[in-house]
Amino acid sequence: MSDIASLIQPYLSHGRSGLLPALQAVQAEYGWISREQAAEIARLLHVPLAEVHGVIEFYDLLHNKPRKKRTLHVCTDAACSLRGADQRLRDLSADPTLAVKTDPGEELQVEPSPCLGLCDHAPAMVLENGREWRILGLNGEWMDRPLSLVGGTVRRITARCGNGRTSLSAYGGYRAWNRAQQLSPQQVIDEVKASGLFGRGGAAFPTGLKWESAARAEGWPKYVVCNADESEPGTFKDRLLLADDPHLVLEGMRIAAYAVGASKGYIYLRGEYAYLRPILEQALREAQEAGLLDGFEVEIRMGAGAYICGEETALFESIEGKRGFPRIKPPFPTTHGLFNKPTVINNVETLANVPFIIEHGAAAYRELGSEKSPGSKLFCLSGDVARPGIYEAPFGITLKELLEMAGGMAEGGSPQAILLGGAAGAFATPRHLDIRLTYEDLRQASLTLGAGVVMVFDQRRDLRQVLLKIGRFFAHESCGKCYPCQMGTRRQAEILERLASGRLLPGDRERLEDVGWTMSDASLCGLGQTAAMAVLSAIKEWPELFTPS
Amino acid sequence: MSETFTLSINGIQVTACKGQTLLEVAREHGIDIPTICYHPATQSNGLCRMCVVEVEGMRLLQPACVVPAQAEMKVQTDSPRVHRARKTILEMLASTADLSEAPEIQRMMQAYQADPSRFPEAEPRHIPPIDDNPMYVREYSKCILCWRCVQVCAEDAQYTYAIHFSGRGYHTRIDTFYGLPMTATTCVFCGQCVGVCPTDALEPKSEYLLEQGKYPFPFR
Repeated sequence: MSDIASLIQPYLSHGRSGLLPALQAVQAEYGWISREQAAEIARLLHVPLAEVHGVIEFYDLLHNKPRKKRTLHVCTDAACSLRGADQRLRDLSADPTLAVKTDPGEELQVEPSPCLGLCDHAPAMVLENGREWRILGLNGEWMDRPLSLVGGTVRRITARCGNGRTSLSAYGGYRAWNRAQQLSPQQVIDEVKASGLFGRGGAAFPTGLKWESAARAEGWPKYVVCNADESEPGTFKDRLLLADDPHLVLEGMRIAAYAVGASKGYIYLRGEYAYLRPILEQALREAQEAGLLDGFEVEIRMGAGAYICGEETALFESIEGKRGFPRIKPPFPTTHGLFNKPTVINNVETLANVPFIIEHGAAAYRELGSEKSPGSKLFCLSGDVARPGIYEAPFGITLKELLEMAGGMAEGGSPQAILLGGAAGAFATPRHLDIRLTYEDLRQASLTLGAGVVMVFDQRRDLRQVLLKIGRFFAHESCGKCYPCQMGTRRQAEILERLASGRLLPGDRERLEDVGWTMSDASLCGLGQTAAMAVLSAIKEWPELFTPS
Repeated sequence: MSETFTLSINGIQVTACKGQTLLEVAREHGIDIPTICYHPATQSNGLCRMCVVEVEGMRLLQPACVVPAQAEMKVQTDSPRVHRARKTILEMLASTADLSEAPEIQRMMQAYQADPSRFPEAEPRHIPPIDDNPMYVREYSKCILCWRCVQVCAEDAQYTYAIHFSGRGYHTRIDTFYGLPMTATTCVFCGQCVGVCPTDALEPKSEYLLEQGKYPFPFR
């Protein structure tokens, strides 16, 4: 057996779907994938050569050129740049040993990274060494997992977070799953519908309706997919749940599988969260050994550096071994999802809400939150607040209360702008401080909660630099499929470069608006449809910024 | 006979069959909707978004080439929103690719009064021509990523799989396995990709040579 064949042995039976794991296995061993190795993988998995090349090329974390074995990923996105990330990248590019000890002759690849989901560790860095990933803690030590700050006025979803990984015995068994089995699948769905649970990944679709649609869809097998590709700049709540309470998420998946009749589940974990993989694997083993997952097989799949794969259909394409191009919808995943089969795909936090609903009932669940936004939400506070971290609070809390929870503004500053919903979100201003954070209140104010990002900028900050970060992010992450986003994210970033360096041309504001509205109105998927939201909201709030000098 | 129903396009009642797309229905009734990536011989991917239309009740513009016509639909094919999107797409395209040999797109630019220099200082996709085989030349500076060549090389026609994509986003390109010369790939030189290319990014070698004032037909 060839060396490659033995490396990718576990994935040979997967066919095309084994392509990403196979490429990742070879790269973990050699640091990159040579032409000969790629050809061997293509032959063994029966994938056309050009498509193997196309897949490697799509993902930031896969490489088809020789490179240094270890990579230092330096986050240069909005929250980290407030804490000196850009200077840090320049220093480290000149001398990586400032951050990492290297053996004589050993070299380190230093690369800028989009948001690493470590905004509470800003400026964040991750060290990739084959399958071993480590993160730089706030005290300057390399750690095998983040130390997250968790707070809030309630601790319903985060009850066991903040003290490291919760083992199965500490979790106390799957009580909600036990109760679910005394109900029919339809009763479980009805309970989730009655709870009013909305998806927490950003789109806020009613979870119960999604489950019901998949349960009624014809086709077999059915799948439950946990979307753990958390990549929205400013978001790091799913990282907390997976790191500290993986059984809560697994139990949610198990109940979802029962409700819709799924026999197989996937956890699609963001590539840059590779340090969470051992934690998830251990939790899976514990649950399997305790018989809690009988009849339901769960597989962990790693992303490979592509924000677009958080879009549900692009995520399916990625699991299927393809470039992460989003599909045209409809048909929707509940009828034509992963492998074209009925699929429920839920965000990590959404699934983490399910055990409470089933164990305590919809009425108890609704004791928190508003009529139209029931329950609690995890908010990711970052930027110029005294204590960046994850805060759980009922829907309806105000922005002001949230900021107070995070210790108020850092260094006695005053808030200038608050980016709600991440790069795909919109700017709130001090006049929004008393707004109640519910889906309905925010919609009315033309704002969005997204996945729960609250990124705060004080009065010292140059918002033009923030907009540039956002513009560069989308230009880097557009998949390139549909024209409005493929070209629009690039044109938008070019104009924002001019904005940030004080070189705006006459007509640039109108160009931003035309590009922005075209992306919003005509793009194929949610990435393009939201890629101009922050810019358009900034034009509305601070038109003077966009006047050529 | 298949099931028929009526819908409204630009205020006109039209009849459609179940399974027809909005584009098919519109064209059947002489209503023009511009398209770039659409080709009757390839699967529609709805990616150029030139065919977007307004459908009452839908929040966003809808790609007519893939949206099935439904009874009672109310469709506007040339509203101000639609116009703005199409004009901006064309202007961005002109700032991205060399459209000198894309007469259909040039006509659309005129029809929508699109300004080819709308985006000053824009970085075009500049890629040197690849002349690596006796049959065709690849000038990817002209490529508009309509995907048709990749599709006919794969399941839409030839099952040859010589080409796919490299890069991502704006810097996506059509490419061979590790950028190998076409002669080292699975290409069978069937010419289908050249036939469906809308911008002459794929051009027969003899045409390419003639354009450069060279004589491509030596005596045997």
